Amino acid sequence: MLSRKIIDELTAVLGKENVLTEKEELACYSFDATADMPQSMPDVFVTPTCTEEVQKVVEIASKNKVPVYTRGSGTNLSGGTIPLKNGIVMGMVKMNKILEIDAENLNAVVQPGVIIQDLNDAVAKHGLIYPPDPGTVKTATMGGSVAECSGGLRGLKYGVTKDYVMGLEVVLANGKVMRCGGKTVKNVTAYDMVKLFVGSEGTLGIITEIIVKLIPAPETRKSFLASFKSLDDAANSITGIIASKVIPATLEIMDNATIKTVENYAHVGLPTDAEAILLIEVDGLPEVVAKEAQAVEKVCKENNGQLKVAETDEERDNLWTARRAALPALAQVSPTTVLEDATVPRSEIPKMLKALQEIAGKYDLKIGTFGHAGDGNLHPTILTDERNKEEMERVHKAVDEIFDAALKLGGTLSGEHGIGMAKMKYLENEFKEAGVEALRSIKKALDPENILNPGKIIDLEG
Amino acid sequence: MSYYDLLQNINEEIIKCMKCGNCQAVCPIYKETKGESGVARGKIQMAKALLEGRLEYNEKLAELFSLCLTCKACADNCPCGVRPDKIILAVRAALAREKGLHPLKRRIFSVLAKPKVFRLGMNAGSVFQGLGLKRVKGKNLAHPRFPIGLDMRRVIRPLASQSLISELPRINKPQNPQFKVAFFTGCMLNYLYTDAGKAVVDVLNKNGVEVVIPEAQHCCGIPTFVHGDMSTSKKIAKYNIDVFMKEDFDAIITHCGTCIGAWVEHYPEFLADDPEYAEKANKLANKAYDFSQFLIEKVGLKRPEVSLDVKVTYHDPCHLVRGVGVATQPREILKAMPGVELAEMKKPDRCCGSAGSFSLTHYEMSSKIRDKKTEDILSVNPDAVITSCGACRMQLEDGLYQTGADIPVKHLAMLLQEAYQKEGK
Ligand SMILES: Cc1cc2nc3c(=O)[nH]c(=O)nc-3n(C[C@H](O)[C@H](O)[C@H](O)COP(=O)(O)OP(=O)(O)OC[C@H]3O[C@@H](n4cnc5c(N)ncnc54)[C@H](O)[C@@H]3O)c2cc1C
Ligand code: SF4
Ligand code: SF4
Repeated sequence: MLSRKIIDELTAVLGKENVLTEKEELACYSFDATADMPQSMPDVFVTPTCTEEVQKVVEIASKNKVPVYTRGSGTNLSGGTIPLKNGIVMGMVKMNKILEIDAENLNAVVQPGVIIQDLNDAVAKHGLIYPPDPGTVKTATMGGSVAECSGGLRGLKYGVTKDYVMGLEVVLANGKVMRCGGKTVKNVTAYDMVKLFVGSEGTLGIITEIIVKLIPAPETRKSFLASFKSLDDAANSITGIIASKVIPATLEIMDNATIKTVENYAHVGLPTDAEAILLIEVDGLPEVVAKEAQAVEKVCKENNGQLKVAETDEERDNLWTARRAALPALAQVSPTTVLEDATVPRSEIPKMLKALQEIAGKYDLKIGTFGHAGDGNLHPTILTDERNKEEMERVHKAVDEIFDAALKLGGTLSGEHGIGMAKMKYLENEFKEAGVEALRSIKKALDPENILNPGKIIDLEG
Repeated sequence: MSYYDLLQNINEEIIKCMKCGNCQAVCPIYKETKGESGVARGKIQMAKALLEGRLEYNEKLAELFSLCLTCKACADNCPCGVRPDKIILAVRAALAREKGLHPLKRRIFSVLAKPKVFRLGMNAGSVFQGLGLKRVKGKNLAHPRFPIGLDMRRVIRPLASQSLISELPRINKPQNPQFKVAFFTGCMLNYLYTDAGKAVVDVLNKNGVEVVIPEAQHCCGIPTFVHGDMSTSKKIAKYNIDVFMKEDFDAIITHCGTCIGAWVEHYPEFLADDPEYAEKANKLANKAYDFSQFLIEKVGLKRPEVSLDVKVTYHDPCHLVRGVGVATQPREILKAMPGVELAEMKKPDRCCGSAGSFSLTHYEMSSKIRDKKTEDILSVNPDAVITSCGACRMQLEDGLYQTGADIPVKHLAMLLQEAYQKEGK
């Protein structure tokens, strides 16, 4: 429990309406979107409304050695916002102003609590887009997505969050404010601190302002659904498309288990006998789109794919409804949905999909896999029930093996959901001892008291 | 046993929630408070904590659970098919059981439990309300004169001088009727918006439908249900079922989002394990229709011949659009009317913030939510707003009044009535 004195200090800075201490309210900040995690209650929940208030909160925390867990919308999938060691949860949702849209220089300046979709709606008027689009665009905050380096459906062609963050304002663990990066396209002044803070999951500093890059909205687009009787054919199409020098905006895959579940749920006419389907979209200038579309068709046909082209906007929407239905459909099958994001080099996708099928068989689990085939980022989704202790044990073993398999294929633990507390124990498998030591040194240098999101990514105490 | 009688039974619904937070995108309360306790995800986790003994029944919990419009936007948008509205109402019922109702609510509901006393009070109320309400010049709206549990700023619709049921005959029969329906007026149409009630009868008659108005009918009971008073809600449900079982008709007709929800969804679920009433409730549920639904699906609308020359926008009542899935039927009617231009506002199905008594108990929050709605309405610059629910209508009238706009809000039946009346001239 925090002392009355600390609560009073916080209240003096933020005002009563921004400091919550009743346990009913606090219970609402003891979890995030991650399945199968312990819940832990904060001692207090605060909502600063400006950088100075964030600084003051951090100063109070640092003086009293109290943990600060920064929270956006709490939609992350790695336990990143769970206040494992109690203390302060700091919600950034009230710092939600779009400070500037500089259409001429193709950038925007936002506060961390801005919801991604709200930024997109605001820049659409200028014919611009902010491409990173995680499944949670309508709920996730800019701060949270920068701190997670979120990806999304368009990663293959447009990259992920880190490719769009140009500058940051960050409150450090000692309460001081630093700025890094800026509005210029080129910037090599000293270390690339922007990239360091992107994906740092609230463990190195608190992001209070973000300068992002915007790009012109593509003029046209064309979508396809290709179904395959074998995984290899699907995989060869993925590599074939890219080998023919086409980079689709989206290149998504669904395995048979997912196809069946989606069809059963959404009735959108998916081929339930297909081993895999690919959902492909090319976009850009009309002439380029036409040419790329031809190439996509050719490759899919050569690899025995059945091709369906979305001719109208409505058909296109239907196609993407099917993709968006993947997670909901799987989630409805059973009470608990364990969603991973192990990622492998594109060429290893068929091996990874086969490994997942084997793991599902070995542990007698239902695993549906879908994901961003174009960038090798798969979402094996285990359908289970957290009340079934025996099954959960098998789930944990399966998860261990999934990460093993991904690393063996030259992949990584997390493509876009982050490490948080969910994947900490695997970190050394990928980073090895020297790597973990380097991570620890960075954490120590920036947060010597270990007050920023302690117990996540790297634990200084253990 | 229903989860409204035993909270444990809502567990299956709770466990379905994957905590994705998608409900944040649509919850009107979350949009205002930005607090996790405002949105379905937070409330579901509080319910879970309550069942696991990590939280207890207390004032704070009651306060937090009162902050929900039961607008079902979360349910509609949930990838896992969770029904947060049911979880929230189940907790409210458990709170009422464990902690008792607020004394003021208890007094009001005890009157509601007695149909005759309530009717007497409401009829007398129309005579005495002049003492408490100050009329707005030129409009049938009024400000409260004293802080009688109402915010002084708001305008409300005064009680009609005579209730619909006492004003209209019991049987309203056109020549050669094709159908016979029983009209469940609901309180709003019976005591406040009698203009809409009369329009329903008129329009149905014009469409060859005989309308019977059972005089003993009572409030639908949902106001007591949303505050967790299950015993009164069940009493009222049974009472109304008894009244309507005595009649002979093809359908029960309502023109109110809440009333239709009561008949179609709630009576059957309240009484699911009642040996005497379960079957009756289901039988009547299958016969209950919203006014527009019945005209479109059963009767086939008699298209008005004369053009009205108005631009309207339609507001979807939450319980009509998400509760029973009626959204296309009212629009089909509007589109079939010559000279009626339907200018859709942005998000016509977003909650107006009324949520019945929520607008009384949380006027400030309710007004903020309502202001978003009025803004959307004004942006399409209509001559009139059309809706299908008295509570929404009152909320929108207040909202438009506060902006100074002179745009009337009407029940759908009233617009049809105008068109048919013009034909007669
Ligand atoms: C259904 C579903 C689909 C998803 N789809 C995708 C997807 O396609 N791609 C993808 O990449 N992710 C996806 N996610 C994960 C998640 O939505 C993203 O990581 C999202 O960007 C998190 O944003 P948030 O505002 O909810 O952050 P939070 O969950 O609140 O926080 C995330 C992390 O950032 C830290 N943080 C938050 N704000 C700040 C700040 N201002 N300064 C410093 N640190 C901060 C927190 O401490 C935490 O560690 C999905 C999640 C769900 C539930
Ligand atoms: S209620 Fe539905 S939308 Fe909200 S968090 Fe739970 S699963 Fe997600
Ligand atoms: S019913 Fe409406 S107000 Fe209540 S939690 Fe759901 S979206 Fe929010």
